[in-house]
Amino acid sequence: MFLEVLILIFLTAAALWTVMTRSLLRSAMGLALTSAILTVIIFRLNAPLAGVFELSVCAGLIPVLFISVISLTQALTYKEALEHMKSRFARFWALPLIVIIAGIILILMNVKLKTKLPLPESQADVRFVMWHLRQFDLLGQIIILFTGVFGVVILFKERKKSG
Amino acid sequence: MVSGIFVVLVFVIGIYCILATHNLIRVLIGLELLIKAVTLLIITCGHKTGNMALAQALVITIIVIEVVIMTVAVGVVLGIHRHNNSLDSRNIRKLKG
Amino acid sequence: MSALLVLVPFFSVLILNLPFRPAGKKLVFGVAAILSLLQMAAVFIPDSAFWRVNQNAFGNIFNFELSADILSKLVLFCIGMVSFSALFTTRYFIQDSDERFNFINVILIAVAGMNGVVLAQDIFSLYVFLEITAVASFILIAFNRDALGLEGAFKYLLLSGVATVLMIAGIALLMLSAGSTNFSVIHSVLLNHNKDFLISLAIGLFITALFIKSGLMPFHGWLPDAYTSAPASASVFLAGVVTKVAGVYVLIRILVSVIGFSASIKSVLLFAGAISAVIGAIAALTQSDFKRMLSYSSISQVGYIILGIGSGTPLGIAGAALHIFNHATFKSLLFINSAAVESELGSRDIEKMGGLAKQMPVTSVTSVLGSLSCAGIPPLAGFWSKLVIIIALWLAGYKIFAVIAVLASILTLAYFLTLQRKVFFGKPNDEFKDIKEAGFSLAFPALLLAALMVGVGIFSPWVLNGFILSFSSILGG
Repeated sequence: MFLEVLILIFLTAAALWTVMTRSLLRSAMGLALTSAILTVIIFRLNAPLAGVFELSVCAGLIPVLFISVISLTQALTYKEALEHMKSRFARFWALPLIVIIAGIILILMNVKLKTKLPLPESQADVRFVMWHLRQFDLLGQIIILFTGVFGVVILFKERKKSG
Repeated sequence: MVSGIFVVLVFVIGIYCILATHNLIRVLIGLELLIKAVTLLIITCGHKTGNMALAQALVITIIVIEVVIMTVAVGVVLGIHRHNNSLDSRNIRKLKG
Repeated sequence: MSALLVLVPFFSVLILNLPFRPAGKKLVFGVAAILSLLQMAAVFIPDSAFWRVNQNAFGNIFNFELSADILSKLVLFCIGMVSFSALFTTRYFIQDSDERFNFINVILIAVAGMNGVVLAQDIFSLYVFLEITAVASFILIAFNRDALGLEGAFKYLLLSGVATVLMIAGIALLMLSAGSTNFSVIHSVLLNHNKDFLISLAIGLFITALFIKSGLMPFHGWLPDAYTSAPASASVFLAGVVTKVAGVYVLIRILVSVIGFSASIKSVLLFAGAISAVIGAIAALTQSDFKRMLSYSSISQVGYIILGIGSGTPLGIAGAALHIFNHATFKSLLFINSAAVESELGSRDIEKMGGLAKQMPVTSVTSVLGSLSCAGIPPLAGFWSKLVIIIALWLAGYKIFAVIAVLASILTLAYFLTLQRKVFFGKPNDEFKDIKEAGFSLAFPALLLAALMVGVGIFSPWVLNGFILSFSSILGG
């Protein structure tokens, strides 16, 4: 139990670092780190398939996507970067305080929950659930992947007239 | 429910990031953090009810959707960069809100 | 078989793109037009095997749980109608056939997504298809890759993303309490324990997310920007149907089939609806950009619909549903008109316009009809839906809100009269002396929508009774 809480604290710390760090590249890498820690939590809670997806996609594909965009767009000049650092600190210093205060408030709230115990046959495997019970969602996934393809084709093209 | 507390904390971090940043890519990173928080929430709820199969199915679907949204978002951000030559969110105030 | 409404648009996109691309480019318009007409017709297939739950279509390969009641069928009809009109406008506005091909494909995907939202019987599937619709909308808004369009798309994307996250959180909490994501399962659980903190939190998250998606105040920030900066055909499509399905329909469906009405939910709806209806109308009065005025008008009309839902009675919900249909008709019509004016004149500034009635007769006549319907003037269709909503509010005991609704109606009439006077009547501007009427591709859908408005308005007294009765069966169960 204590280990779980420790990992969760690491998760929050990684998320905090992702937001507070100055450089965009480090931010994207922080995102990858946060996803990796989340994957550990998911695996510990006995959800291996979701963990694999989370690791490969959210800790791999999406940070790579962000890093390529960051590399494709211009960096600031040195003077702009200095100014940027100062204004950044002014905007972001409140965040760790807010997180700690929110954490304390939530611990004190101590929400009790009422859950419904599942029906016995839900001991089924993910694969069974996905194919037999959630077919409509699978169709939705296929359609949205196609939509993504259209999005890439339409949005990533240079305009024919000069911009 | 211990992880519930952390879900809310990561959520708060994500929202703060979106509100306080001037950079469009950071806004997307903030959105990503929000989705992480909610993924953790689903897995926790699945664990509590014992219905891990359903929770995993939901998480996998959400991850697929998230990838597509991020791809389209990155496309839009690249387009904005081509026009303004910067990623400063203060520059995209042309429309009068 | 109702799964066909989702499968067929999607498979047409596949077929048009993968094997037969050159032929696909020529056929895409015809295929899409036929599909939308078929969708409008399919709504009238009587209750039978077509709409049965638990389809085992195509010999057990697909096993979807879909079903539709009167509300879903109404919305399906709207989707077909607006996509048909939007298709025609693409012939006028998108000259390049490659671009038009992509555009119509994305519209077909959005139609498949919206049909999925309407037919789903499970909160999570509803969410998945909602996302499909949302992504298709981002692409449509950003379609021309111009600076304003991308900016509008980004703002919509951000707010929609936050709404998404809130909705998933709500789904997770409901799954925690009910063990499943199916509508009926959750409904039966909620009937027993609805004072629980987590359940109230889940309901609150859902309603917030849907308010953001519908463009209600105070979450309306993305709406004027997105509608104004989108390309003309996309604005027609978005304003007519996407925001209604993605926001308002889902709200009605969740409240009716899953959560149920409680006093606090109703007061939240009534307040939000009243504020949007009145402030949206006031904001519309001050606009000088044609499309922006129409966007604020949309916010105001959605406020009206929410007022109808907030009454919590079958009468109110029937009025709200009828207003969804009417809004789809007159708002698409008005956006087509504004697009015609914009493309002929090259500007959207209504201060500069005047006296266009002589030069653009079809546009001005249809726009007068659209404006009157929106303001709620008999015998046009808008009058009936507004009347039903006002009566429902009065009968349910929310007399103040009924008065506010009437006030909003008067404001609506005010800004539309201003619009008509400045644009179509009054002194003509010399700059725009040589303007001609917009072509057939714009006039045809405009006339069609106007005819529908007038027709529904004239026949409403006869069909209204039966229509409202079918709604009591949804709520009663």
